[in-house]
Amino acid sequence: MNSIKLIFRNAFRHKLRTGLTVVGLVVAIMAFGLLQTVVHAWYAGADAAAPNRLITRNAISLVFPMPLHYRDKIRAVAGVRRVGAANWFGGIYQDPKNFFPQFAIDPGPYLAMYPEYRLPEDELRAFLRDRKGAVIGRKLAVTHGFKIGDTIPLQGTIYPGTWTFTVRAIYDGAAANTDTSQMFFHWDYVNETIKARMPRRADQVGVFVVQIDDPARSAEIAQAIDRQFRNSLAETLTETEKAFQLGFVAMTEAIVQAIRLVSFIVIFVILAVMANTMGMTARERLSEYATLKALGFGPGYVARLVFGESVAIAFIGAAVGIALTFPVAAWFGAKMGTLFPVFNVSGETLAMQAGCALGVGIAAAILPGRSAARVKIVEGLRAIG
Amino acid sequence: MTPRDDGGAAASGVIPVPAGIQHSLISLRGVSKSYRRGGQIVPVLNGITLDVQRGDFLGLMGPSGSGKSTLLNLIAGIDKPDAGEILVDGVDITRLGESELADWRAGSVGFVFQFYNLMPVLTAFENVELPLILTSLSRRERREHVEAALGLVGLADRMEHYPSELSGGQQQRVAIARAVVTDPKLIVADEPTGDLDRHSAEEVLMLMDRLNLELGKTILMVTHDRRAADRAHAIMYLDKGELSTGGDIHERSVKEARL
Amino acid sequence: MKAIPIAYSVRNLWTRKLTTVLTAGGMALVVFVFAAVLMLDAGLRASLVASGQPDNVLVTRRASGTEIQSGVERTQAAIIESQPEIAIGPGGARVASKETVVLIAQPKRDTGVATNIVVRGVGAEGAALRPQVRIAAGRMFRFGSTEIVVGRSIAERFDGTGLGQSLRFGGREWTVVGVFDAGGSAFDSEIWGDGEQMMQSFRRNAFSSVVGRLVDPGRFDQLKRRLESDPRLTVDVKRERVFYEEQSEVMSNFIRILGLTLSVIFSIGAMIGAMITMYAAVASRTSEIGSLRALGFRRGAVVAAFLAESLFLAALGWAVGLALASLMQFVNISTMNWQSFSELAFSFALTPNIVVQSFVFALAMGLAGGVLPAVRAARLKIVDALRAA
Repeated sequence: MNSIKLIFRNAFRHKLRTGLTVVGLVVAIMAFGLLQTVVHAWYAGADAAAPNRLITRNAISLVFPMPLHYRDKIRAVAGVRRVGAANWFGGIYQDPKNFFPQFAIDPGPYLAMYPEYRLPEDELRAFLRDRKGAVIGRKLAVTHGFKIGDTIPLQGTIYPGTWTFTVRAIYDGAAANTDTSQMFFHWDYVNETIKARMPRRADQVGVFVVQIDDPARSAEIAQAIDRQFRNSLAETLTETEKAFQLGFVAMTEAIVQAIRLVSFIVIFVILAVMANTMGMTARERLSEYATLKALGFGPGYVARLVFGESVAIAFIGAAVGIALTFPVAAWFGAKMGTLFPVFNVSGETLAMQAGCALGVGIAAAILPGRSAARVKIVEGLRAIG
Repeated sequence: MTPRDDGGAAASGVIPVPAGIQHSLISLRGVSKSYRRGGQIVPVLNGITLDVQRGDFLGLMGPSGSGKSTLLNLIAGIDKPDAGEILVDGVDITRLGESELADWRAGSVGFVFQFYNLMPVLTAFENVELPLILTSLSRRERREHVEAALGLVGLADRMEHYPSELSGGQQQRVAIARAVVTDPKLIVADEPTGDLDRHSAEEVLMLMDRLNLELGKTILMVTHDRRAADRAHAIMYLDKGELSTGGDIHERSVKEARL
Repeated sequence: MKAIPIAYSVRNLWTRKLTTVLTAGGMALVVFVFAAVLMLDAGLRASLVASGQPDNVLVTRRASGTEIQSGVERTQAAIIESQPEIAIGPGGARVASKETVVLIAQPKRDTGVATNIVVRGVGAEGAALRPQVRIAAGRMFRFGSTEIVVGRSIAERFDGTGLGQSLRFGGREWTVVGVFDAGGSAFDSEIWGDGEQMMQSFRRNAFSSVVGRLVDPGRFDQLKRRLESDPRLTVDVKRERVFYEEQSEVMSNFIRILGLTLSVIFSIGAMIGAMITMYAAVASRTSEIGSLRALGFRRGAVVAAFLAESLFLAALGWAVGLALASLMQFVNISTMNWQSFSELAFSFALTPNIVVQSFVFALAMGLAGGVLPAVRAARLKIVDALRAA
């Protein structure tokens, strides 16, 4: 009879108790995994950033625009390969709840700078040709059932009025963490319409996306761009795409940290449950441990039995919990729709789940293991289990 | 009391009771019980007939597994027979529903178990008070009864102690106090001295004697202990599901037994 | 039906101290999360709702959602101001403020990260319209100058916002001459200055919004109908309180949904803990259960006694969890409001409602965890239970 067999047989002596403990572990590990995935999703934008892209925006705030003529000046800076304008559109599709990102862009340069948005050649050409055309991501298309040729009406908030665009292309993401919930259309079209309605607001750009030759020189080039516009009406701030995305996350830092904290609370809950279970189990078996010691097994052996059982239960719970994390995360991601465009369970999360389960298994067995190892043979034999 | 060995063939019938004499406190007629053990049906009691009069002190002995405790359980109303009827003070308890049986037990039976079966988290006072909770007595009335019962068993000064603070013999005496506090018709005791040393056993048995002789309590006691059996007024043997008066009957006159 | 004394249930918890502590501890953590989430949501709403006066209206461009994205032309603003429902002040001027709201980015003191702050250029009546705002240090800014006053929360969290210091935006230096306390409302996270000066600096021609006091709050609907159907205007007219409530909707919903989902999931863990504990309790007290039933206590009484034990565990967990949660009232949160893109500071608010809700939640956990073991206890046959001594 080797120890492993003994450990597993012992674990299942009390099927109900072990079963309940495993269920508790499954739920806790799964919840933990889900929360960590939510935190990761928050950083998805920053993770997907390319090192050779910079974002130039108004130094005061993202809310203020920059004049269109900055575009040529930026392109003239050494090390810059491409520049594309992009304006956050912020329109409403039917209901504010159906939120998804919309951008008015310089289609040629912008799409060239984002090679991770994969679209077929013919669709790209169709989009470039149609001034009222739009490119949408696969996730967006699936969510609302949009197909090529459909028209999407948007209620403008920043740019008032009703706008209609025709879907000319659907892009897929090159990587799992590429955001495919976005919609792009022609900046020129939006600008000209604005010029007619509200001339004072025309020729204003929200951000410039800048592609550079050498990512190692990003800081240098960024400063060079900003120098162009110092002491002008609209001073600029240029930073790497990653820094730009992280800026958003930082603003809601408190919430993200709270979610992280809460995800560890659930681990403590299950730790309490497991410690309780292992404590009860060990107390009941005191006479058995005493018997083993009387037979000649050392305290280390007895302690290992306790630890082994605890870790075995934790292992089973973790395995099932981790396996279930995937379908639950998929469901959650779908429910959240475009709030979390990228929602994947990362390898880091899986490692943390396994690590926490192991930690709980060990921690729960410390006190019971110690008392089992220390039991005095005579007392233990007298104890009624 | 009139033990009957009813093998089925002999005529079984109630001895006609002369007018003027009270009917039996307990009457069993054709009582049978069997258990299912791992797919097999094991008969334990076989058509038992028994009469116990008010004020009797009956000892029940027999080999292990003979069904002594089963018989006791049936009479005490915590188990139901497969066949037969059990009349206690005119009430056929085999016909009572579960709740009615519970109420009946509360008012009619006192229990004394081998391992005392006191609630470890309740004091001696609270343990003795338990059966009174089931009555409609006021708190003050309950207190009076409890104090009287504990006084009777000589533990009035230990009222606030928990069972863990009492010796085995003292715990059993608390259990006896609990058994008599509602003034039940019948006291059933299952191996009351089984877990006690000689001295404590002696104390407990003397107490039961007093309960029977001074307070006229009817007592049914299952026991292995010869000394305990000697205290009873009569002994019956249960073997292979059948009741008999067996070898040495220790019988006192009925008149002497009942005051 | 006569009940088994409560002392039986309560004292049994005391006997197994470690188990009781661990089980109640698990429940306490869950109650803590539950209560904290509700408190966070309550705090968020309190700060935003406290921002709105019941007799003020706020007018923005239609479908703009927030003041930042809104634009109201001068001529339009004049029309709005001159409506009969808008009160007239003692000096004869309308109690209305044409406001310019912009965002500026300043590094936060603790993280050093640039964060958006609301800068509000107000009209002469701006302060009067918000009676909850009081100058806590220094003085009010002078109209016609580049002086500004900052909210309490801004002064605490951002460098360069102390009295006498100045901030640079819109191409000018603005001097801080006062710190104001806005009673925990959204304005605590704002910077105020002269609206006309702001318009000039940011080269704007349109205000962001118009805030006005109603002569009679009951006349709101009239005003709303007239303004919203006026062909010269395309505006949304809202009660100030409602406007701020809507500002928090997305965040509030997110906090509540995520928080409650988490609480429910966590509660499964705590309930399982309670179930394990109570099953063990029943198993170890089988002979006691037999004795109680033999004495005459009904099955229902046994169920009640064990359920009571489970509920007491839950109540214990609730008390500890709520006590911990109430400590959160000393914590201040500052984050970005997703709808207005600007800094918002608020705290955890413990309301009597939350106390009750968390109690019910705890009891529900105790009930769910304890019911199956209690039923098992009651279903034991008396003779079997007694044999298990």
